Amino acid sequence: MDAHAVSTKEYQVKTEPYYEPQGDEIALFEAAYRNQIPVLLKGPTGCGKTRFMEHMAWRLGRPLVTVSCHDDLTASDLVGRYLITSAETAWVDGPLAHAVRIGAICYLDEIVEARKDTTVVIHPLADDRRVLPVEKTGELLEASPEFCLAISYNPGYQSVLKDLKQSTRQRFIAMEFDYPAPELEQRIIVRESGIGLGIAEKLVKFAGMTRNLKGNGLDEGASTRLLVHAAKLMVTGIDPRRACRGAIAEALTDDAEMLAAIIELSASLF
Amino acid sequence: MTIPVAPLSTAELEERLDEYLDPVLSSRRTAGGLAAALAEFGRSQQEFVLQWVGIIAKTNAELAFQFAAQAPEGLRLMLPDDLESWIIQAMDTYDRMGLYPASAVFHDSATYAVRARTRDSSVTFDDVSGILEIFVRGLSGRALKLQPGEEIYTDTGTLFLPASLARLPNKEGNFRLYKAMAAHQWAQTWYGTFRADLSEVLAGFPDQEKATQLFHALETVRLDACLAADLPGLHRDMQELQNTLGQPAYPDAWNGQLQALRTPGASVQNTIDALRALYGAAIPPPLCYQGTLQAGRAEQVTAQRAAREKDQFRAALARLLDSKEKHAEPAAEPEDESKSRTERLRVERTPDPDRPGRWRYEITIDGRPVAPPKDVRSTMDSIVQDLGDIPDDYLVAAGDGGYQQDGGEKNPDDVWKGTYHEEGAFLYNEWDYRRQHYRKHWCVLREVDVHPLDDGFVSRTRVKYAASIASLRKSFEALRGDERLLKRQKNGDNIDFDAVVEAYADMRHGMEMSERVLTKLRKLERNIAVMFMVDMSGSTKGWINDAEREALVLLCEALEVLGDRYAIYGFSGITRKRCELYRVKRFDEPYSDMVRSRIAGIKPEDYTRMGVTIRHLTHLLSQVEARTKLLITLSDGKPDDYDGYRGDYGIEDTRQALIEAKRDGIHPFCITIDTEARDYLPHMYGAVNWALIDDVRRLPLKVSEIYRRLTT
Repeated sequence: MDAHAVSTKEYQVKTEPYYEPQGDEIALFEAAYRNQIPVLLKGPTGCGKTRFMEHMAWRLGRPLVTVSCHDDLTASDLVGRYLITSAETAWVDGPLAHAVRIGAICYLDEIVEARKDTTVVIHPLADDRRVLPVEKTGELLEASPEFCLAISYNPGYQSVLKDLKQSTRQRFIAMEFDYPAPELEQRIIVRESGIGLGIAEKLVKFAGMTRNLKGNGLDEGASTRLLVHAAKLMVTGIDPRRACRGAIAEALTDDAEMLAAIIELSASLF
Repeated sequence: MTIPVAPLSTAELEERLDEYLDPVLSSRRTAGGLAAALAEFGRSQQEFVLQWVGIIAKTNAELAFQFAAQAPEGLRLMLPDDLESWIIQAMDTYDRMGLYPASAVFHDSATYAVRARTRDSSVTFDDVSGILEIFVRGLSGRALKLQPGEEIYTDTGTLFLPASLARLPNKEGNFRLYKAMAAHQWAQTWYGTFRADLSEVLAGFPDQEKATQLFHALETVRLDACLAADLPGLHRDMQELQNTLGQPAYPDAWNGQLQALRTPGASVQNTIDALRALYGAAIPPPLCYQGTLQAGRAEQVTAQRAAREKDQFRAALARLLDSKEKHAEPAAEPEDESKSRTERLRVERTPDPDRPGRWRYEITIDGRPVAPPKDVRSTMDSIVQDLGDIPDDYLVAAGDGGYQQDGGEKNPDDVWKGTYHEEGAFLYNEWDYRRQHYRKHWCVLREVDVHPLDDGFVSRTRVKYAASIASLRKSFEALRGDERLLKRQKNGDNIDFDAVVEAYADMRHGMEMSERVLTKLRKLERNIAVMFMVDMSGSTKGWINDAEREALVLLCEALEVLGDRYAIYGFSGITRKRCELYRVKRFDEPYSDMVRSRIAGIKPEDYTRMGVTIRHLTHLLSQVEARTKLLITLSDGKPDDYDGYRGDYGIEDTRQALIEAKRDGIHPFCITIDTEARDYLPHMYGAVNWALIDDVRRLPLKVSEIYRRLTT
């Protein structure tokens, strides 16, 4: 019946994704997984939430289905829908239903971005029922013990529209992520980009400067991801100041004054 | 070819000047001399001067007299454009500081002419302060303010920078110089220049002034070395500036001392040692970004801040203890008094692995670490920045009531009780159409709450208009964003069977099968934020005020059905220094009993200064995320205020404020009951963005109706 069956293998994480633990998050996640409790990852963008999920999927040997949520993502995008093939209709599972069927880890990234009706389908999966009702086919998918639901959310957005409801958040074990400590962050940059430790140190310092500006005109400081981007550009031979501008300053803001100040900050280090 | 117009004669000029300057002329002070000096110039130059004398005289006749006196000199030195900005500068100065400094600007035409000539290369404080303030904050440490000043120094709370710089031949260079000055001052606050008791040290020398200068020169060496280590890029910039504007020249004999100052980890103590060793030597010329060092002022500000932060810190410790005690089960044994609250507190100091050479501080209570709240952390950081450590006497939790000191928000009303000051108020520019320039920071606006009134007004209104409210609700309900099933879509959630059957039939007939065979449920959301700006001027007294309040009640009832986000503010004020905005309902506030009694509490106050209100509400509205933003004014007449804000002046400023609002993507609309509105509203709001209600009694119902029409 599956018109578009994706084999379990395609979702398998084959090689170990590089991840530097910031604390005891690996043990905590494993414990949650063993106890079949869903997990909520909180933290600013680009601090390693998605990488952590990939790493855990590899560690636990489960396929990982990642859905990046956007503001037009509906419940049927997650659960599935009928498609028309030659003169007949065929049911196609959405990523969530698929993950339940194959006992994968389903990671819903930035869940608050999705339409409100998506929470309705998550709720029965996220408590001890662990079922996914598929309204349109009349099925009730029961999740196997291997299945795991994880969602992420960035509490930094101060919009009332983008807040997670209590009824949702109280179903999860919450794990807080933040930017790694400077030394760790340097190590990550070196490892990810292959740049020298000296430059990595400056990049982390620069990130610290932009994080000082959070709430004073910047919504968010430079993330570890941006630092890695900048470092990669430098490894390719781009001038450090240019790389910082392109990878970090311009990515952080469009405000002319703020941009000029951030560029000056990067220039003061390189 | 233009026909040359003959210049005005001295007599003609005098007559015109007399007209403008009359209030400041006397039998002993006539316009004769001014006229004679102006008579030498061509007609167009004369007219230019006369025109501005007229404009300035409207602000201040004495200033106009000063201008007329200096104008001939100005005409000789400057081009018309520069002349104009010279005049505007003087008038801005008058607005800000008064007559005497403004006249000084006119008397200083030579300096201004030089500056005008170097305008292409010079950079002003206003150009750079925004960037540099962010820059300095990014460098780390406590937030520092930037201010233009005669002297270039820091008092550890504010960095004082020159009002403009033209020492280098291009803008970029002058910006670098600004940056270097700011960075040097920041370095003083960050690398602990004032951690020693400088005044005392310097007072120990016979010539204190000389000692200060020498100390500053040596300290600069130390700070430059710190910057070189931590911020090499910045250091490079500063080196380049030195290459252009003068290298430091230190005698060879200093080498040993300089070496010590440049060693990593050198502190201000090293500088003091070097000062003692080298006192008596000639002072090297100051570096281009060095400025001056004002130990006394820095210590004064530091002392004030230290006292405040000590209180804050100790109050925070007390709060931490309180919350600890509240949560802990009753102590097993009431420990003796000597092991009081204080003894349970410790601040542990451990070397910070992330910042070698620095410490990490951790507060512990009974040996267990507690995470200090964010504000406490920044207080701790600031204390360490000033003192290099957290002294033991800080570790005493404040006693009961100790932490009320200096806490809480200031009451806006208090401002008017004492001498006037602008703390906590919003400052806005105002457009002066005669000058064709903004008057900077001209209006002082404050937000205050409407005093709620529980007199049953709202419920009476609801009863009075019960039938209308019901029909309003119904018609607004129809507007509400509904889910709509879109058929024949390319993408969608479900199959559109009609379309499939059709497509299938088409295919059987050999035609191409349509791709549009799905249905999609789409929610049509109204994404509207609307701000109501209600006239609370004295002229609304009586039935206009009643009608306004009734209109608001009906509107709220209707808008609650619709779900649009809305806010209501009343405005009034008297003079530019006392513009008031009355909060009735903020965007994030629900339509509660409180809001209802505030609506009832709207009462006529003073005058209508519309420009500043629009600017502030624009600012509030632009912080709301919405696709459509509306600013609706309920008014009963022209803009009008006590201090000359009337007639064309008020109308032009309001118009300018509305243009600014439109630039921010806000649609302004005005509902008025002024039957003369046709004469000025189209000019202010545009031809279609206003509505006139000629019968006040119909206002309540009309407002909702107009709103409905506007948003569909």
